[in-house]
Amino acid sequence: MDTHVETTTGIAAGEALDRAISERIDALLERRLEAKLAEIEAARTPSMTIIATKGTLDWAYPPFILASTGAALGWDVSVFFTFYGLELLKKDLSKLKVSPLGNPAMPMKMPMGPAWFKSIQWNIPNAVQSIIPAYEHFATKMMKKTIRNQGVAPIADLRAMCLEAGVKLIACQMTVDLFGYRHNQFIPEVKDFVGAASFLPIAKDADVSLFI
Amino acid sequence: MDFDKELDARGLSCPLPILKTKIALNGMTSGQVLKVVSTDAGSVKDMEAFANQTGNPLLSSGQENKEFVFHIRKK
Repeated sequence: MDTHVETTTGIAAGEALDRAISERIDALLERRLEAKLAEIEAARTPSMTIIATKGTLDWAYPPFILASTGAALGWDVSVFFTFYGLELLKKDLSKLKVSPLGNPAMPMKMPMGPAWFKSIQWNIPNAVQSIIPAYEHFATKMMKKTIRNQGVAPIADLRAMCLEAGVKLIACQMTVDLFGYRHNQFIPEVKDFVGAASFLPIAKDADVSLFI
Repeated sequence: MDFDKELDARGLSCPLPILKTKIALNGMTSGQVLKVVSTDAGSVKDMEAFANQTGNPLLSSGQENKEFVFHIRKK
């Protein structure tokens, strides 16, 4: 009888000890894990991938602005240029154009003259835009002037800054084949000519992934 | 406030003040202070975010007339 009581007490004490140890381990582990995770997070380089699909002067800005800024923040940045985005990798960027035709949200304003004149929104119907000779050329000139007046960097400068900051510029080989481009039309800094299967694994691990 | 180098970012728009700040800091040694003068109102918030992200402490951020003046220490 006595022996039985002692054994039961022994088992109860053992269980209590097990519980205490387990609780203590959980508490310690949680604290250590939090510290370790914070340490890993602080040491990690954030990364961003951008898919650039547009090749007009207006749409050339978002990918290069975001890529260069990401790199300035110390992030690891890759930009994948596909379809018309490939135009942004050409050696000569002076041919980039902007078209107000079929671009309904684009404000049409004059970059010169007094403030009241510059603030006028010129609503020119599409039908008129389409028949004025060299209308696109004129609109491009106006936008370039506005960009210069506002102290916004030319695309070539932003691209050079991206390269200087280590942004990886990647071209879509399928688009090169599709539109009959030649590799020597592009700047030699293009890191790679690859397909979607090579780019997606990079995007999978990125903290920020954008389609432009 | 004392500084070791000054960056004139007047007349430049986003993201140039930040990019030029980054490039200027690259050429400096740890502990040195960079003064940046900009006219871009957006650079006030952006400079703060840049300092937080990169760990280079923003020592001061203020406005003098129509210009924004920042002091940032290289970490």
